[in-house]
Amino acid sequence: MDEPGGISRGSLLEDPRLDDQRIIEFDVRTDEMLVNMGPQHPSTHGVLRLVLRTDGEIVSEVEPHIGYLHRCAEKIGENLTHRQWIPYTDRMDYLAAMNMNLGWALAVEKLMRHRVSERARHLRVLIAELGRISSHLVGMGAYGLDLGTFSPFLYAFREREKILDLFEEACGARLTYSYITVGGLTADLPPGWLLKCEQFLDQFEPVIQEYHALLTTNAIFVKRTAGIGVLPREMAIDYGCSGPVLRGSGVDQDMRRDGESIYTAMYDGYAFEVAVMKNGHYPRDHAYPPVPSDAVLGDCWHRFFVRMLEVVQSMDLVRQAIDRYSACKEPLGEPLKLTEKMPAGDAYLETECPKGQMGFYVVSDGTAIPWRARARSSSFSNLSVLSELCRGCLIADVPAIVGSLDIVMGEIDR
Amino acid sequence: MASFLINTLGLPAWLAWTITATVSAALILNVMAVGALVFIWAERKIAARIQDRLGPTRTGGKFGWLQSVADGIKLLAKEDLMPEGADGLLFRIAPYVSFCASFAAFIALPFAFDFVGQRLNVGVFYVVAVLGLEVFGVILAGYASASKWSLFGAMREAAQVVSYEVPLGMCVVVPVMLAGSMDLVTIAEKQAGWFTNWYLFHDPFTFVIFWVYFTCAVASVNRAPFDLAEAESELVAGFHTEYSGLRWSFFFMAEYGSMFLVSALASVLFLGGWNGPVPIASLLGLSEGTGDTAGYLVRLVGCLNLILKSTLGVVVMMWVRWTLPRLRIDQVMTTCLKYCTPIAAVMFAGAMLWSFFLPGGLVGIAGRRILSRPAGEIREGWLKGPGGRGRDVVSSRPITEAAMMPAPLHSDDGRRVSR
Repeated sequence: MDEPGGISRGSLLEDPRLDDQRIIEFDVRTDEMLVNMGPQHPSTHGVLRLVLRTDGEIVSEVEPHIGYLHRCAEKIGENLTHRQWIPYTDRMDYLAAMNMNLGWALAVEKLMRHRVSERARHLRVLIAELGRISSHLVGMGAYGLDLGTFSPFLYAFREREKILDLFEEACGARLTYSYITVGGLTADLPPGWLLKCEQFLDQFEPVIQEYHALLTTNAIFVKRTAGIGVLPREMAIDYGCSGPVLRGSGVDQDMRRDGESIYTAMYDGYAFEVAVMKNGHYPRDHAYPPVPSDAVLGDCWHRFFVRMLEVVQSMDLVRQAIDRYSACKEPLGEPLKLTEKMPAGDAYLETECPKGQMGFYVVSDGTAIPWRARARSSSFSNLSVLSELCRGCLIADVPAIVGSLDIVMGEIDR
Repeated sequence: MASFLINTLGLPAWLAWTITATVSAALILNVMAVGALVFIWAERKIAARIQDRLGPTRTGGKFGWLQSVADGIKLLAKEDLMPEGADGLLFRIAPYVSFCASFAAFIALPFAFDFVGQRLNVGVFYVVAVLGLEVFGVILAGYASASKWSLFGAMREAAQVVSYEVPLGMCVVVPVMLAGSMDLVTIAEKQAGWFTNWYLFHDPFTFVIFWVYFTCAVASVNRAPFDLAEAESELVAGFHTEYSGLRWSFFFMAEYGSMFLVSALASVLFLGGWNGPVPIASLLGLSEGTGDTAGYLVRLVGCLNLILKSTLGVVVMMWVRWTLPRLRIDQVMTTCLKYCTPIAAVMFAGAMLWSFFLPGGLVGIAGRRILSRPAGEIREGWLKGPGGRGRDVVSSRPITEAAMMPAPLHSDDGRRVSR
């Protein structure tokens, strides 16, 4: 209670703190009820368990409980070579597995001071940005589901399906790709792939307006999200939030631009604007619906809108990558051997995954098997702010806030 | 039918009435059950079309039309679970309370001129009142389930439905006022003729109030975007979280029955009931009141008319459900108390003044003479003085008498018995 974060340390049952000034006071003190939301609840995005302390419809405190999807991924990483751990990174953020592959591959490459070919670099950008689109599509669709509208979910999945088809053609898998790997990519693109990708982008572009019509500008959607779960800029920084959650609060940070050189070098020569509100405007916001008047910077609506903008931004990046990739005449190059030895030492690298800044830490004792493999989950930090956001909200706002953080439990529990 | 049994077969009156009631009830039950099956299938197909997919395609050959039946069999075969700590009696009784309320309201619903389970001169009041009982089933279910999510669902339902009864009642009163009767058959009869006679087009106020009615009706039967009682993403399944198998399907049937009922009520009150947009029958010189085959056919077509209109209402509800996000509980209450109720009240006053000063209705002003007279009759009734007022606005027969005494509607040769 005395902590600035205000998260209770003890059990909720033992410690009913009603003297907290931030909890709304009522003239009639009614009985409180502890409610378990999850781990089998439909809108906790996997196996998250939230303990809500409610007074009627009003939630006075939310305590997230995690660990239901813990699969010892990091420990397993200490028994496999760097490339063999790639499939385990797939299963962390299974909605953006390409980006997870990339994060680990870059961290190991940083330790080994390995540079991939130009062709592999552009292909990685292409694939990673497509992965970002597919992840944001799930986040957007599932967010509609959290707010009680089912159809946008399927519209989003319809488009994501086409991305998965593209990925399947490139690497044979639809969810856990292991495509980007240490030292490059497992295979080059099949012939005709780029054409299909361009067709997809052309077809996808007008669909985004549909999403805006169904969700972003929908009156009920705005009522449910604008001004709800406001995450102030300072709190977002304090809690280590990242990705769209951080940018939704108006912090101008994107690892693709501000990250370490091995990562930003990948995006050398690419033109993109970080999707963040500056001076009351989003980049190129004339092309998008206006910000509703009751939306506050840092609320659910802004987090959602940043994701929508990033979809367009990623499409733009994919187009640029297609041009650059097809201009490259040099071969893709082979990835490193499975048993390629790493130099002794350690390396930590954060990359901009769709959910936020995903960090991978690798410690090596000179063999091919990492002495320690560690993942810094962006969803974990983003989730930790939940109990702050949900203070005094209604029950219906809890799924709205959880959904706007766009967490994935596979990454939190690892 | 009852008089036929008494007069021709010589059965005692109580037996004759029992048989008549049983037959009527069985017919209505079938209408409701089959209706629910059809609507569940329709919802699957409509939702599928909205969502860019096909829906059931194989069950029962083309279009998956046996899907609901297959669903029903599956539900029958399911284990009937009751959570530990649940209140057994209330838990078991709750689905039937909901279902019975929805079913009982069908009794007073006229499908066509004489196609009505029991003609009541307080039909509107009866339907709205009995439909309101459905909430008890939901509250019982939530209370008895021993589940916190169910309890939340029940509390929401109680708050929501009780609040929406107020604007709903106000909307329903307007056609009653225009027709000068609470009898649903009379209200529909007064809208006979061209579609301009429908109360929807009577004046601007009734036009607005129809939409208010529809909104409130959607809210009172717990359909999206007002489906807070079973809000899936918040309350798992709300009040029926703990229900399974047949008991659950009774809640489902009640929901679809109520959906159809409020749509049918909208058709009767605002959309001319069984009267089509063009009075084909009367243009052909046929009358729906006669007992011959032609009259029967006219009534059958009228019945189809009403079902079509009600189905349209149900389809609109489905369309809304698969498009819009859900409102929050405070927003639902705001919609009711800050928008629907004041609008309904103002429109009620407006419609009242309109029918007093311009009794011909909207089209009547344009000089068309085909429009209905009821509003004019009301005015005449009012102008007669205080004695005439009460008689014309409400049915002249005291409520208790008609409600208590089941009067035969028509003799068996089809002629209407004068009441």
